[in-house]
Amino acid sequence: MGSEGLRNRIGVGEPEPIIGPGHTFETVTDKISSIVLTRGTTPGWVFGFLIAFSLLMLLNLVVTLLMVKGVGIWGIRIPTAWGFAIVNFVWWIGIGHAGTLISAILLLLHQKWRTSINRFAEAMTIFAVMCAGMFPLLHMGRPWLFFYLMPYPNPMWLWPQFRSPLVWDVFAVSTYFTVSLLFWFVGMIPDLATLRDRAKNKASKIIYGMLSMGWRGSAVHWSRYETASLLLAGLATPLVVSVHTVVSFDFTIALVPGWHSTIFPPYFVAGAIYSGFAMVLTLAIPVRRIYHLEDLVTDRHLDIMAKVMLATGIIVAYGYVAETFMSFYGANEYERYMMMNRLVGPYAGLYWMLVACNIVLPQSLWSRRLRRNVAWLFFISLVVNVGMWLERFVIVVVSLSRDFVPSAWAMYYPTKWDWATYLGTFGLFFTLFYLFIRFLPMISIVEVRSLVHETNEEKTHS
Amino acid sequence: MPQIFHRSTNLIARASIFGAVVIIGALGFGLYTIALSPWYTGQHEKLQQPVPFSHRHHAGELGIDCRYCHTSVEKSSFAGVPPTQTCMTCHSQIWTNASMLEPVRASYRNDTSLEWERVNALPDFVYFDHSIHVAKGIGCTTCHGQIAEMPLTERAGTLYMSWCLDCHRQPEKYVRPKSEVFNPFYEPPSAAKQEELGKKLVAEYHIHNKQFMQSCSTCHR
Repeated sequence: MGSEGLRNRIGVGEPEPIIGPGHTFETVTDKISSIVLTRGTTPGWVFGFLIAFSLLMLLNLVVTLLMVKGVGIWGIRIPTAWGFAIVNFVWWIGIGHAGTLISAILLLLHQKWRTSINRFAEAMTIFAVMCAGMFPLLHMGRPWLFFYLMPYPNPMWLWPQFRSPLVWDVFAVSTYFTVSLLFWFVGMIPDLATLRDRAKNKASKIIYGMLSMGWRGSAVHWSRYETASLLLAGLATPLVVSVHTVVSFDFTIALVPGWHSTIFPPYFVAGAIYSGFAMVLTLAIPVRRIYHLEDLVTDRHLDIMAKVMLATGIIVAYGYVAETFMSFYGANEYERYMMMNRLVGPYAGLYWMLVACNIVLPQSLWSRRLRRNVAWLFFISLVVNVGMWLERFVIVVVSLSRDFVPSAWAMYYPTKWDWATYLGTFGLFFTLFYLFIRFLPMISIVEVRSLVHETNEEKTHS
Repeated sequence: MPQIFHRSTNLIARASIFGAVVIIGALGFGLYTIALSPWYTGQHEKLQQPVPFSHRHHAGELGIDCRYCHTSVEKSSFAGVPPTQTCMTCHSQIWTNASMLEPVRASYRNDTSLEWERVNALPDFVYFDHSIHVAKGIGCTTCHGQIAEMPLTERAGTLYMSWCLDCHRQPEKYVRPKSEVFNPFYEPPSAAKQEELGKKLVAEYHIHNKQFMQSCSTCHR
């Protein structure tokens, strides 16, 4: 209640409620569970799902071709051995971070507004990490030997190279995926039990029944549920910072100008949360419109998320400025050349687009009126997604294409298969997301109910 | 509300947690056992050869030196498979009518090669050199097994990298005096004595330090 006390003192007045008025336990449960149980499969859902599924089949095609022909179908050529695959890997994994931040850190900080968005933000995390995880595997050229990256007893007597950040990546990403999946699933158990109890047909009763693992809502169950959630939140919290730090090590441990920089870990983490919140907005705005959830995911939620984006965006901007400053201040000719190449070289257009997308346009979010303008917010969220993708492109490609020896320089051009792989992962992401909103409760019923309870309590006391 | 599941489901659910652990463990153990088995590695497999050549007879009972046939073993990466002429040095005089040797005579007559099936084939990404191993006191039988007791030749090792590294990590356990390198009946001394002898020989032969011996690029160039 500290923040409210402060508000009263400085005279801001009562904050808007987090959820719309007039909700009871019954209406919350009805509203969320009916999307899964009684709404049925609508033509709109089928249409969207089919588009996503066709893109997934495109991914299937590309991966098959990749297995047959090798990574040569992509545009990667020496010196740019890391092309789209690594750009997309970093981009997707970054997007996941918002989900973990919302579900873990904000849970520990008792931020109540997280309750309506944490479930699908977590789902977004899991699907984004799946998309991200595919790229390094495909990029290896022989994906079927991916298990060489794990330390397992083998007849080669060989360990992975533990001094390589690429191996740290394997551990970071697999831990991230495991913890996120557990967190998401454990959080969903009471809701799955609700669906089980409300389901009408036998098949859904059995499926939700198995997924809810015998949940009866006894006091012991609740106590264990709370403990498990708290423990998993504690486990997930360092991951918000560590995963993207390790991803940034992929670059900073190398000596390539434009990669070898100490600012990378913090600004990668900020960038990850930045792009993650942009993606949450990109998903939340249409979903709440289509499923009429405006009183659960309110304008206040969008407003807060826009503020988080603004804050992390400024950290990212600081990162760019510091990088540019250090390149010139550091008096290293390769660093200086790299920066000039970024600013005015052959890829300069992309760099300035990135500045426009990540720094300039999001400044509009200082305006409360624009933060409340849903269409504008949706537009900005797309712009930031594009901007963050461009950032990774600039880091990976621009740095590699012109390294130390001019005779080794070469331009990098993505092929149609590069684009197809990227689009294909959108197919995977949205296919899973469509299935998620159709078959699982996309907002946490339990947590919103407890929010309703607390709001009503406060009302009766005041 | 009627029960969806029978009471026994509780037990099944609990058992499945332990079951998953056991099954995953057993699967890993099973795969590893298969990977090490001769069935998978081809160890001790007797291949179909054009002539059932017996190392036991030639190298063991008759005592022909390895280098009589494998002439390039001291000079080259490849030990060398003898030409038919080498066989005919003796077999133009003895067993001249043996039907078993008809492919050898046919090869000599028609000037075509005998096509032996390779028993020890290392993958192409491994750079292996016989001459250096022989020069540093590694005997033929260290890798090729008790060749003088094989009526039909079989592969003694798995050819897994761990098999190479066994020796590359501790060559002192395997080196022998130069005079014994081509002795197919060589018996290494007791473990304690071998250790003493091995250390002396490793120093004498100037075998590289362990770091070099285990470096990737020593074998994968």
